[in-house]
Amino acid sequence: MNRAPWLWAILFALWLVLSWHFTGLFLFFGVVTCSIAVFVVARMGVLDRESLPVHLAWRAVTYVPWLVWEIFKSNVRVARIILSPRIRVDPSIVHFQASQRTDLGRFIYANSITLTPGTVTTGIVGDDFEVHAIVQEEIDGSEENIMNRRVARLEGEAG
Amino acid sequence: MMGGIVNAVVWVLLISGGFFMVTGALGMVRLPDVFTRMHAAGMVDTMGAGLTLAGLCIYSLHDGAGLVAVRLVLVLAFLWFTSPIATHAVAKAALSGGTTPYTTHGDGEREGRDRP
Repeated sequence: MNRAPWLWAILFALWLVLSWHFTGLFLFFGVVTCSIAVFVVARMGVLDRESLPVHLAWRAVTYVPWLVWEIFKSNVRVARIILSPRIRVDPSIVHFQASQRTDLGRFIYANSITLTPGTVTTGIVGDDFEVHAIVQEEIDGSEENIMNRRVARLEGEAG
Repeated sequence: MMGGIVNAVVWVLLISGGFFMVTGALGMVRLPDVFTRMHAAGMVDTMGAGLTLAGLCIYSLHDGAGLVAVRLVLVLAFLWFTSPIATHAVAKAALSGGTTPYTTHGDGEREGRDRP
């Protein structure tokens, strides 16, 4: 699958939304800029499944709202810790195996972990994740396993 | 009537966004070390910014400025893609700099002091 037209279309859509000037000159600038950007990316050889994961787009439709809900829940938990009269934290660094097969899947999982307050990915070697949690339960619980499975599903069959 | 409801929703979103931002800032002061404080900072740029931008988004949609709403969604998308990377960079820098994470069952490292 040729990804160059996809990238060009996305960049040009971004240009249109940000500029919203439909005069010939601005459209011309947009076309030239997007073409140069796509040319440079293609020449660097980084125009692949990893840099432009359009194949994940339709599965992300269910993943993103779920992630937003998880972010909300963990925000409330961390806010509770901060606002309680006595700070009760039990931070620890935990190692565990993630079940994603591709680097892109691991990247999405690591970013999802960091995006939910209470857990931060501090390092990844292969499929070994090193995560700092503000309280142990944030990482021990089934929530992390659910996220792990959901990202593995998001990543799909083809590796 | 409709405008009143929309206004109320916008108010609730803006105030709860502000609440999470203030709580995050409070966490920066109250929590013991750099790693636990990162979690508080994470609150500011997930829910704090998220709820505030959601409020502004609804307000501009109601105001007939759909384009502004789309741009606000873009702001949030870029923020949520980049902030975990910044957080991860801070965590990694702190670890390679030799900062010992604070633990409650520490052996003389309870204050989360830097290693000598």
